[in-house]
Amino acid sequence: MDDSTTSAPKIKIHNLSFYYGNYQALKPMAFEIPENRVTAFIGPSGCGKSTLLRTFNRMYELYPNQRATGEIVMDGENILDPRQDLNMLRAKVGMVFQKPTPFPMSIFDNIAFGIKLYESLPRRELEERVEWALRKAALWDEVKAILNQSGTSLSGGQQQRLCIARAIAVKPEVLLLDEPASALDPISTARIEELINELKEDYTIAIVTHNMQQAARVSDYTAYMYLGELIEFGRTDEVFIKPKRKETEDYITGRFG
Amino acid sequence: MLTVAFGLFWLAWILWTLVNNGLQAIDLTIFMQSTPPPGSNGGLANAIFGSFLMTLIAVLIGTPVGILAGTYLAEYGRGGWLAPATRFINDILLSAPSIVIGLFVYAVYVANVKHFSGWAGACALAIIVIPVVLKTTENMLRLIPNSLREAAAALGTPRWKIITMVTLRASRTGILTGILLAVARISGETAPLLFTSLNNQFWSSNLNSPMANLPVVIFQFAMSPYSDWQRLAWGGALLITLAVLIFNIIGRTLFGQKSPLQ
Repeated sequence: MDDSTTSAPKIKIHNLSFYYGNYQALKPMAFEIPENRVTAFIGPSGCGKSTLLRTFNRMYELYPNQRATGEIVMDGENILDPRQDLNMLRAKVGMVFQKPTPFPMSIFDNIAFGIKLYESLPRRELEERVEWALRKAALWDEVKAILNQSGTSLSGGQQQRLCIARAIAVKPEVLLLDEPASALDPISTARIEELINELKEDYTIAIVTHNMQQAARVSDYTAYMYLGELIEFGRTDEVFIKPKRKETEDYITGRFG
Repeated sequence: MLTVAFGLFWLAWILWTLVNNGLQAIDLTIFMQSTPPPGSNGGLANAIFGSFLMTLIAVLIGTPVGILAGTYLAEYGRGGWLAPATRFINDILLSAPSIVIGLFVYAVYVANVKHFSGWAGACALAIIVIPVVLKTTENMLRLIPNSLREAAAALGTPRWKIITMVTLRASRTGILTGILLAVARISGETAPLLFTSLNNQFWSSNLNSPMANLPVVIFQFAMSPYSDWQRLAWGGALLITLAVLIFNIIGRTLFGQKSPLQ
């Protein structure tokens, strides 16, 4: 929360709605996600915060019957435009999920996998990039001796940092974190939070979390959602200390939710 | 408890009879010499070789077809009518009596070329392999959590690469188990070979001519009145049983070793 100066918006959401079949999961909303800051999405289960996150890289398109309308403008382009190249979008917008999802291959190949999709680097540079990503994710010292071991052999916390390293390795501009620490123990959670703090220097981060203390600790901006609606959006200190809306206050003080 | 004991009793009896009768037939000559005329010495080398060759070809034909079709059903066939129809037909094929498959290959292949052949035998066995491999491939791929597919897609991975590099890789031990179980199943099949490859008294590696194989040799020799032929039949039966047992054990340990994830 070192955010005294305002930051340029990286993603502008305008009139965004989302449907699962005929069910409207997100009511029209508009806000801006600032560049190189951490924006947290909080709210009770089922409020649509993960759904919202999954529109930023159009993850929902893996499933039929799910669709988004409205506009999500990133660097001047509406990413919901059907002409948008999905793979290029996902190269720019990395994502880390609730459960660690290492691929069934070695630690090295887990990181190299994404890099090889976009660049054909000589072996030496590929190794350097893998090391760089693992260092960024604060995992290098733990795995440098076992790069050939399977990614699934790591502990849960290590696996999650492996997934973060994998996302960073393709040099995205935005990182989406969908409850990245909810399956981890407190120590691993603390490491992930430290990591988020370091990463925001280079990346725009959007994080969904169930844990309000976590949102307060790591984020610069907070969005409170309820039943598919964006109730309040603002600087994290303001949202937590003097929320503008009664509903937000009730949720944050634990009277509801 | 009682039913378990009842079942195990018969199993133990079968194995004991097999080992008792088969072991005395098994020596080095059984692997070195071809099937003899009655009254002279010989082995089962041509039948073992024929069984091995036809099983190998059946697996080489049936496995790719089964894996590709199973992948289609699990990864693409979520809507529409083609996938449910394929799944239904596959289930029928899976439980079809093998003699029907033998008759089918006889009618469309053997009857047309007018002679029995190793190729026909391999085809019949391949038709048995396909549904087994297809079913295991589909089931194994369905066990892969969607979160893994999403994680790969989130990197911007094209769909074919997600399937080949991530989901098929994650389920490879399961699929390998399916292939081994299919091999175990076809190595004991007699009916489909009776109508297709028939038998051959001599060593032959020509797939366009009739080819010796263990199940049919056992069938013929065991039915014969000659005691030395019957002895060889017991030996062959023991060999098949051991082979099937080994395939099953390898298959189970492979699968038990580690589940596809974690």
